[in-house]
Amino acid sequence: MTEIDPITLSVLAGRMEQIADEMDATLFRAAFNPIIAEAHDASHGLYHAATGDTLVQGKSGLPIFVGVMSFAVQAVIEKAAKDGGLADGDIYIFNDAHIGGTHLSDMRLVRPYYRDGKLFCYLASVGHWHDVGGAVPGNYNPAATDVFQEAFVLPPVKLARGGEVNQDIIDILLRNTRLPQSALGDLNGQLGALDLGIKRMDELLDDYGAETVSAALDALGHRAESLMRSELQELPDGRWEAEDFLDNDGITDKPLPIKVALEIANDKMTLDFTGSAAQCAGPVNIALPTSVATAYVAVKHIFPALPANAGVMRPINVIVPEGSMLSAKFPAPTGGYTETILRMIDVVFSAFAKAAPTRVVANAYGTINALSIAGKRSNGQPWVMFSFYGGGHGGSVETDGLNHGNAPISTATIPPMEILEAAYPVMFRTWGLRPDSAGHGAHRGGVGAVYEIEVLEENGAEAFLFGERGRFAPKGIADGADGAMNLFAYQQDDSWMTPPLASKMRGIKLRQGQAVRLETPGGGGYGPQAERAREAIARDVQRGLVSEKAADQAYGTAWREVTS
Amino acid sequence: MSKHIIGVDVGGTFTDVFVLNEETGTASVAKVPTTRPDQSGGFLDGIRREIQDLSEISVVVHGTTAGTNALLERKGAKTGVICTEGLRDVLEMRRRDRPRTWGLRGDFEPIVDRRNRLEVPERTLADGSIRSEVDLNAVRSAAEQLLEDGCEAAAILFANAYANPANEAAAVAVLRDIWPNAHVSASHEILPEIREFERFSTTALNAYLQPEISGYLGRLETALRSDGFEGELMIVQSNGGVMAVDTACKMPVRTALSGPAAGVIAAGYIAGSAGFENIITGDMGGTSFDVSLIHEGQSILSPQTSIDFGMVVRTPMIEITTIGAGGGSIAWADKGGLLNIGPESAGSHPGPVAYGLGNDRPTVTDANIVLGRIDPENPIGGKLDRLDVEAASKAIDIHVGTPLGLSTLEAAEAILTVANSRMAGAIRLVGIERGFDPKRFAFMPFGGGGALHAGAMLIETGIERAIVPRYPGVTSAMGCVIADMRQDFVQTINTLVSTLDEVTLAAFMQSHVDQGIALLEASKTKFDSRELSFELDMAYIGQTHTVPVLIQIETVDGKVIPPNKLQVEAAFDAAYRATFGRLLNNGVRRILNLRSAVTGKRPKFDLATLAPTSKTAAKPIAMRKVHFGTDWHDTAIYDRLGLPINTLIKGPAILTQPDTTVLIEPNLQGRVDSFGNTIIEKQGGAS
Repeated sequence: MTEIDPITLSVLAGRMEQIADEMDATLFRAAFNPIIAEAHDASHGLYHAATGDTLVQGKSGLPIFVGVMSFAVQAVIEKAAKDGGLADGDIYIFNDAHIGGTHLSDMRLVRPYYRDGKLFCYLASVGHWHDVGGAVPGNYNPAATDVFQEAFVLPPVKLARGGEVNQDIIDILLRNTRLPQSALGDLNGQLGALDLGIKRMDELLDDYGAETVSAALDALGHRAESLMRSELQELPDGRWEAEDFLDNDGITDKPLPIKVALEIANDKMTLDFTGSAAQCAGPVNIALPTSVATAYVAVKHIFPALPANAGVMRPINVIVPEGSMLSAKFPAPTGGYTETILRMIDVVFSAFAKAAPTRVVANAYGTINALSIAGKRSNGQPWVMFSFYGGGHGGSVETDGLNHGNAPISTATIPPMEILEAAYPVMFRTWGLRPDSAGHGAHRGGVGAVYEIEVLEENGAEAFLFGERGRFAPKGIADGADGAMNLFAYQQDDSWMTPPLASKMRGIKLRQGQAVRLETPGGGGYGPQAERAREAIARDVQRGLVSEKAADQAYGTAWREVTS
Repeated sequence: MSKHIIGVDVGGTFTDVFVLNEETGTASVAKVPTTRPDQSGGFLDGIRREIQDLSEISVVVHGTTAGTNALLERKGAKTGVICTEGLRDVLEMRRRDRPRTWGLRGDFEPIVDRRNRLEVPERTLADGSIRSEVDLNAVRSAAEQLLEDGCEAAAILFANAYANPANEAAAVAVLRDIWPNAHVSASHEILPEIREFERFSTTALNAYLQPEISGYLGRLETALRSDGFEGELMIVQSNGGVMAVDTACKMPVRTALSGPAAGVIAAGYIAGSAGFENIITGDMGGTSFDVSLIHEGQSILSPQTSIDFGMVVRTPMIEITTIGAGGGSIAWADKGGLLNIGPESAGSHPGPVAYGLGNDRPTVTDANIVLGRIDPENPIGGKLDRLDVEAASKAIDIHVGTPLGLSTLEAAEAILTVANSRMAGAIRLVGIERGFDPKRFAFMPFGGGGALHAGAMLIETGIERAIVPRYPGVTSAMGCVIADMRQDFVQTINTLVSTLDEVTLAAFMQSHVDQGIALLEASKTKFDSRELSFELDMAYIGQTHTVPVLIQIETVDGKVIPPNKLQVEAAFDAAYRATFGRLLNNGVRRILNLRSAVTGKRPKFDLATLAPTSKTAAKPIAMRKVHFGTDWHDTAIYDRLGLPINTLIKGPAILTQPDTTVLIEPNLQGRVDSFGNTIIEKQGGAS
C-alpha cells in the first residue's frame, strides 16, 4: 500500500468532497421537481469498490442519505454479480426500499467508475421523485398495507450497458408516474450528475495517480474511525436506555414502542434497538438499511465534526432485532419511514443525554407532517398541494431550541406561502408560531408552528395527512420538560373535527371556505425549569410565546418581578 | 473649478482614497486609518491629504461597509412591523431552515422583536384581488403603539402585495402621516416580488438600516459641504452601480455589500484594459478569501444573499463566494491527524502570532512569515515595528509540526499547501457553478494578501496567468470612481407565456424606465450614454428554478415597444438551451418576474495615466532567503512601483510596495505590462 503524507491527504480529502458537492449542485440546478431543486432531497457520493462503504459524500444533500447510500451500492454489487458482472458505462437504477433503504420515492442510480480497465469505486445519485405511482399522489399513503399500494417497485436493473441507455426502462418508468415530465427531468439531472462525477474523477486521478488516491481513501477511512474512537473514549462507560412511541401505524390505533439501549465501553458503542415493536400492517415500517443509516445520522448529530465516511461506524455496533418494524420484510409498506427514523433519533438522543447531557440536544418536533390538499379546478384540471411542515427544535446546554426548524433528517426549506397561494386555490389564514408549544426548561425548546389553510376552490378539496406525535410529546432532556403534541383539526359544517388516528387521515372532504389547521409540536426543554433565567421567562411572556398561566405553572411567579 | 472625482472605500482597518484629476487625467491614492465609531473623520482626513480645496471636487463616490456592519453587529434601529393578520411571525419563521446541518444547535433572534410585530385586518389574494380592505384605523393604532414602544423605523409587510399593492399603499400613506421621521418602508416599494419571507426580510432590514445609514450619510454630506464641497455625493450599491445619496437613505439595504462590489468593478475594468475579458478575482483579507467571476467583461449578479443566518437580503448583488481562508485563519491538527485551516480566525486583531498582540495559535500569515515570504522588518500597514518570527515558528511547531511529525519549515509549507488548496477549490467551484472551465480565465488577486498566493493558484488550478493590479490595496476605492450609475427594478408577473398580456408587461417596463431615467436626470453627473436592459425570470411549468432570459426591447422617444409572445418564447428557448443543453418537449413556458436595469455610463479614465514612468532598469533593493518547497532560495527583492514597463523578473523574486507583497515563485516570472500591472506566468511565457 502506498503511504500517504498528511498534506496530500488534506488536499485530496477536500478535492473529493468537492466532487460530491459538484454532483449535488448539478442535480439541484437541473431537477424539475421542487423536492429536489428546493428541498435538496437528494445526495451524491463515492463508494468503495468492494464493500460499497461510503467514502465521501456531498455536504448539501439530505442528512439521512449519508448512511443509506452505501446499501444501495451494496445491493448493486450483489445484483451485478448475479447478472454476470459489470462493465464500464453500466448504470443501475432502482427504488426498492427493502433493498436500498428509505422509501420508494427515492430513485437511486449507481454507476461503477473504472480506471485503466479496473473498477476503482462507485458513484451514486439518489433523488426524491415527485410521483412514482401508487394509490396517493406524492406517495404518502397513510393507509397502505403493502408496497404495491404505495408506488411501483423497481429492483436494481441496468439502465445503461456500456454507455448505451436502455430506452425500454425509461419508457416503463414514465408510464408509471402521474408526472412523467418531472420524472424525466429528474432522471436526466441525475445522469448529468454522474457524468460530471466521472469527469472529475478522471481529472483527479490524472493529477495524483490511482494509487495515491486509493491510499488516501483508505487513510480517510482509518482517520474517521480513529476520530470516532477518540470521541468515545472521552465519554463515560455504561449502559443507558430510552423508550418512546409512535402514535399508531395508520391502520390500528395502537402505540408502537421504539426502544434503544446505548452502551459505551472504552472506544466502542452499541446501539441495541431490541424491544422495539414488531413489523406492523401500516407504512411506518422501515427496512434494515434504513435503521442502520438512521443510527449513523443520530451519531453525526451528536458528533457534528466527524466526516461523512463509513469509518465512523466501525466502532459502533447497531443491533436491530429480526421481525421488528425496524427490519421489515418485503412487501411491508415503508412510505412513512420518516416518522419512524425521527423517533429512532429521539430515543438515541434521550439515551445519550443520560450519559453526557451536554453533548446532545433535547428532542425536536419529531414528525414530518406530510399534508396534501388536492382537488379539481372548475376547468377540470387536477391540483395537488403537497408539503412538509416545520416545528420546534430541542433546547441545548447553550441556548433555547430553534423556533420553526426543519427535521433532523433533512435540510429542506419550506416553500413560501405566496408560491403556494399562487399555484393552488388555497389561502393561509395563519402562518405563525404556536405559543405554549415549547418544552420548558433551563433552556426551553423551540416553539412549533400553526398553519391554517382555507380552500378557495368552489369545487372543494380533499386533504391527506401523514403525521405523528399526536399522542406522545417530544421529550425534554436533563430534567427539561416535554414539548406540546401535534394537533390537527379540520372544519366540517360549523365545527372543528380531529382525526380518530390523531395525525393520520386520508380523504377529508372540504368545501369552499373550510379549512384545515395544523399545530406542530415544539421541541423538548433542556435542564431543570428552576434554572431558567427570570428575564428569559418574562421575555417569552411579553413576546406571547409563553402564556402567563403556563409560565406560572412551569416556573412559579418570580418572573413577574423582572422586566425583560 | 470642479475637476476631481474621488472614490473612498472605508474598510475595517484602512480608509482608501482614490483621486482622479479629470483635467489632467492623473490619479493619486491615499491610505489613512479608519476612524470609529464615526467613519466620516477618516473619510475627510483621507480626502484632505490629496485635496486642499474641496470646491475642486465634482463627485465623491463612497463604497461603504456601514450597512454590512450594522447588520452583522445588529446595530440598526429599533424597528416595528405592521403586517397582515395571521402573519406576524414570518420574519422569525424564515424558510424553516437551521443554522448548521449537523448538531441541531443554535437559535435565532429576528431583528424585529415579536412585541413590535403587529397585525392588522387586511388580505390580498395571489391573483391580486382584495379579499378584505385594510383597516386604516387599525394601522393608525398600531403605528401609535410602535411609537409608544420607542420604535424609530417601521415596515409595512402585507401578503401578496407584489400582486396588488393597494392595501399596502393605503396603509403606508397613513403610517407616513403619523410617523415622525422618514424611516418607513413598504414591501411593495422595496421589492415587489413573490416570496413573502424574502420580501418581508429585505423590507424590514431596510427599515432597520434607515436611521443608521441616513444619519451617517447625512453627517458625511454636512461635513463635506461645510468644507466647501459643492459636488455630488454618491454611494456604491451591492450591484456594483452607484446611486445618489438620497436614494441610498431610502434604500440602505442596497448597500449591504457595497464595499466588495466596488473592488470587483475595478478588477473587471483593470483586467479589460489589460486585455483580459475573463477573470476570477480573489480578495484575501484577514478572515476570508472572496472570489468573484467576470465573464466577457461582465460581473455576475446573484439575486440574494444571507448576511447572517435568517437575515436574507434580496436585491441584485455582485456574486462573491467567500471561504474562511484569510491571512488570519488558524491552522490546527485534528485528532485524526489531518491538518485544517480555519474556520476560526485571529482576524486583524489580535492577528497572527507574529504581531505579538495576544494570539498564540499559528495563522496562514505566520507561515508566510516563517518562510521568509513576508519581510519581518517592514510589516505592511505600518502599525508594528517588526514581526516576531520566533514566536510564529514556535506556534507552528506546537500546533502543527509536533502533532504531525513535521519540522517547523515542513509544517509552515504544509499550512500554505492546505490553505492554497482550499482557495483553489473556491476558484474552481465559482467557475463550475456557472458552467465555465476556470482554465480559460486569468486570476486577479487584490486586497492585501492575495498577491502572495497568486503563483500557487496558477499551479493548483491550471490557470495560465495571474494579473496583479498596480495598486491592489486600493482597488475598491478605484472601483468607486469607475462604477456606472445603475438602478435595478423587479416586478412579479406570474403568468404563462400563452396568457401573457403584452401591454401590461410593457407598462411595467415603461414604469421602470421612467423611474430609472428620472433618477439619472436628477443626478448632476455627466453620462456618456444610457443603457436599458430587461430580463424575465422564466421556467417550464413545474420547475421552480428560473432561467434569466434577456429580452431585447426597443424604445422610441423613451417609450417601450411591447415585446410579443413569439419573441419571448424564442428568447426563453435560447437561454434554456444555453443553460441545460436541450429543451423540454411540450413544456409549458412560464414567466415569473420582470427585472429591469437602467444604467448611466460614467466617463472612464485611462488607466495608462497610472502607468510607471521610470526608465531605470530594474535592480534589486535587497536579497533575502525565502523558503520554497524543501529549500531556502536567495531571492531578489524589488521596489515594485519603481519597475519600468516591460521589465521581466524571473522567480524566485519578491516585489514590494507599501500595502502589498507580490511573490514570484521559482519557475514563474513577473512581467510589467504597459499599465504597470504585473503579469505572473510560467518562465518563458505561458504556453
